[in-house]
Amino acid sequence: MFDRAEMGVQAAIDAGASYSDARAVLSKQESIEVQNQHLDTLDVSEQIGVGVRSLIGSSWGFASTGDLSDAGLRACGELSAAIAKASAAVAGPMLEFEDVPVVEAFWETPHVENPFDVSTTEKVDMLVALTATMQSVEGVSLAYGMVAGWDTRKWFVSSIGHRIEQHIVEAGGYYTATAIGEHETQIRSYPQSFGQFETGGFETIRRWNYADHAQRIAEEAVALLTAPEMEERETNLILESSQVALQIHESVGHAIELDRILGWEAAFAGTSHLELDKLGTHRYGSALMNITADATIPGALGTFGYDDEGSPASCVDIVKDGIWVGVLSGRDSAAVAGLPSGGMVRGDGYNRIPMVRMTNVGLLPGDGTLDDIIADTDDGVFMATNRSWSIDDRRLNFQFGCELGYEIKNGKLGRMVKNPTYTGITPQFWGSLDRLAGESEWTHWGIPNCGKGQPVQVGHTGHSASPARFANVRVGVKG
Amino acid sequence: MSRTTDLVSHVLGIVGTRADAGVYVRTGTSALTRFANSFIHQNVSDDVAHVHLTVALDNRLASGSTTATTDDALNSLVDRLIEVAAMQPVDDEFAGFGGPVAPREIDHFDEETSRADPDARAGIVKAFVDAGDGLLAAGMCGVDSYTDAYGNTAGRFIDGRMTRVILDGIHQTETSAGSGHSAGPSLSSIDAAGAGKLASDRAMRAIDAFDTKPGEYEVILAPEAMATIAQFLTGYGFSGKSYNEGTSFVTLDEQRFDAAVHLKDDVADPRGLGISFDAEGTPRGTVALIDGGVTPSLLHDRRTAKKAGGVSTGHAPVAGEAWDSRPGGRNLFFGEGPSSEQDLIAQVERGIYVSTFNYCRVLDPKTVVVTGLTRNGTFMIENGAITGAVTNLRFTQSFIDALGPTRVKGIGSNSRFADGEDEPGTVHTPSFHLASWNFTGGVEG
Repeated sequence: MFDRAEMGVQAAIDAGASYSDARAVLSKQESIEVQNQHLDTLDVSEQIGVGVRSLIGSSWGFASTGDLSDAGLRACGELSAAIAKASAAVAGPMLEFEDVPVVEAFWETPHVENPFDVSTTEKVDMLVALTATMQSVEGVSLAYGMVAGWDTRKWFVSSIGHRIEQHIVEAGGYYTATAIGEHETQIRSYPQSFGQFETGGFETIRRWNYADHAQRIAEEAVALLTAPEMEERETNLILESSQVALQIHESVGHAIELDRILGWEAAFAGTSHLELDKLGTHRYGSALMNITADATIPGALGTFGYDDEGSPASCVDIVKDGIWVGVLSGRDSAAVAGLPSGGMVRGDGYNRIPMVRMTNVGLLPGDGTLDDIIADTDDGVFMATNRSWSIDDRRLNFQFGCELGYEIKNGKLGRMVKNPTYTGITPQFWGSLDRLAGESEWTHWGIPNCGKGQPVQVGHTGHSASPARFANVRVGVKG
Repeated sequence: MSRTTDLVSHVLGIVGTRADAGVYVRTGTSALTRFANSFIHQNVSDDVAHVHLTVALDNRLASGSTTATTDDALNSLVDRLIEVAAMQPVDDEFAGFGGPVAPREIDHFDEETSRADPDARAGIVKAFVDAGDGLLAAGMCGVDSYTDAYGNTAGRFIDGRMTRVILDGIHQTETSAGSGHSAGPSLSSIDAAGAGKLASDRAMRAIDAFDTKPGEYEVILAPEAMATIAQFLTGYGFSGKSYNEGTSFVTLDEQRFDAAVHLKDDVADPRGLGISFDAEGTPRGTVALIDGGVTPSLLHDRRTAKKAGGVSTGHAPVAGEAWDSRPGGRNLFFGEGPSSEQDLIAQVERGIYVSTFNYCRVLDPKTVVVTGLTRNGTFMIENGAITGAVTNLRFTQSFIDALGPTRVKGIGSNSRFADGEDEPGTVHTPSFHLASWNFTGGVEG
């Protein structure tokens, strides 16, 4: 497939592009959904095509096609350049490009069982059994489960000589139990509400021992219907690790995207409260806060060999001892900002232009365990598993809701409470981080549905996290 | 025969008598020009070819899709799905493939727009940017041109086409932003300068915004904010799947909304956009979702209709056009009132004008309690006039209660396509004057 991508690049260069690159992509996806022991969806999809990116002046042009003939690819490359040229009608400053080493390489996700080699019957049977277990709990109205797998092969070439082939394998899933009251629904999920997705094969799903948790999840959903509402107040907030992961995603991960900081996403996703002249001095959080963007973590969802500009995967410090020190960047945004390129640019399939994307943006672990943190808390609340998430366009003001809450009194979990929510302002919230569990509970959570860009692209991102405590947080916000 | 209908026939020919099958094909072009810091920075075009196939072997189902249209790829898709379907349990909720239908004579298509080149998009962007008179502009102009066709082994065959142009942008000062939008079936239907002027006016008026105390306020919700409400009510309440599962707030024929509220999904409305049939080849019906405050009907595909004991309204989502598989509305129209937006504002003694909502998420689908923020122009109204800008606010509010009986104090006559939380070009709405809205905090604490 290298020759298909090269055909597009050469056509773009012949048409006047100062630089061009292309990805040929063959990706397969399988998604299986079961509801109440009934197979709801069994979908197998395949994408194959080439996307050609061309730079002329201040603008990228990008064109994609599923027509892999010589004529189709030359037309695609020429259209890519023509689109870049048309942008001159509303031109900006000349776009520079951070240099990266030219590489010829192959990289593959380590995996044991390719998810496409596991029979659909086994997957369906597993989900039917899970939903049966959940439905056996009186009061459960909807029992749902899904698993999905991706197998993606990419061939990247550039006009400066890159030739990189990658084979990325991803898998994951989740299940939920929903109990429906007269004027409310309550839901519990496992492993988490967005699903847990990782790079690797079907073994990543087996590792979570789905069957061991279905009964508990169902019972919790039903119990929530009669649990009291969480009281509105300011208190100590302890979050389980998947909610910490989403907190990182929303209030750190997007805020540190350099394209947002530069205003390139201003109209849609938004900008950032971060200002580049404060890089290295801005206090993002307490001294316990150490964040990295590490695309090399084995098994994490944001792990790869090379990004979609041919830059090698890297680990970059983002927040060190509470101080903001790094950004997520690509070759063009880094050059504009005068920073080194981070190699964090990816596109969603062959037909989307690559853009700055989170890799594995994670919070490094602290010490002890969740039980230790609860035992050290006289008064507070515990929340688990995200149910709702909202944050403003500068990634400053957020409000999250979780599926499950507990009161904490004198170092012990107390009553279960429903509809737990909390709200805060990003730097104050992270500044109140005062306990962080250690490596034994550090989990590489994966989020498979991060939307960004126009046309919208769905990204796969990773967020390592352990349970954490935050002081003086406003909880129990009511509608 | 077009390339699209040829593909449908070809895929059904490959399936032959081996299985029952339905195939949906979309071909065309999807192009989009993005601008930021007042210049075009990303500019893309996708040569779209998408084949979605469902096969049924004695009610054992499998579905799949491909972007490759070679014989090898299509043969591979058919063979794989038949193989996989044979291993699945019987789907007793499958409603079968529908038989022949008469198409609705709807054609939201413009020849010139179907041939639009990147220069045409750049021209629209330039008009929007120039209307800001030096303010910093950002946004996008998207032009789609599709030909769709559906066919199945039960004898249904239907095809159609559409063009759609979306302009969505903001103008910014150092401290403020304002948004403007325009959408229609053709390049000539886009008022780029008008959208740019609205955005720049909002941005200029939003300079020197002050913090205001959270609490209950009367509100004027501009079309963008109302579009989000329409999308959330439809997704969580009016979808037949939500209703069947018991997670919908809807009780049919019960007065849940103010008598002044009317909402329909209607692809046949001449102001509408889109293809006239759904992913199952069912012609999209005209469905009243709120009629005088009452919900008389819901959006169904064949499966949810079977379960509800009704017929499909033609709202099975086309792959790639929705986040999930629930039947959804793509041609939503709120009924207009008699008042201009200025007249609505003039009725407010003390309240808040909201241009746009941002990042809305539902806390509970059954109540449609939603949290989100205001964005791109939030203004204080005092004694019937806008007296200044306020900083963005967070709210937590039931969208059902907000439009509940006696809560709608006025509806504008200023209907237009508006860009809500979900996809633009799907909601046509005026501004609303509502009795109260629960703001829970300022955006900076």
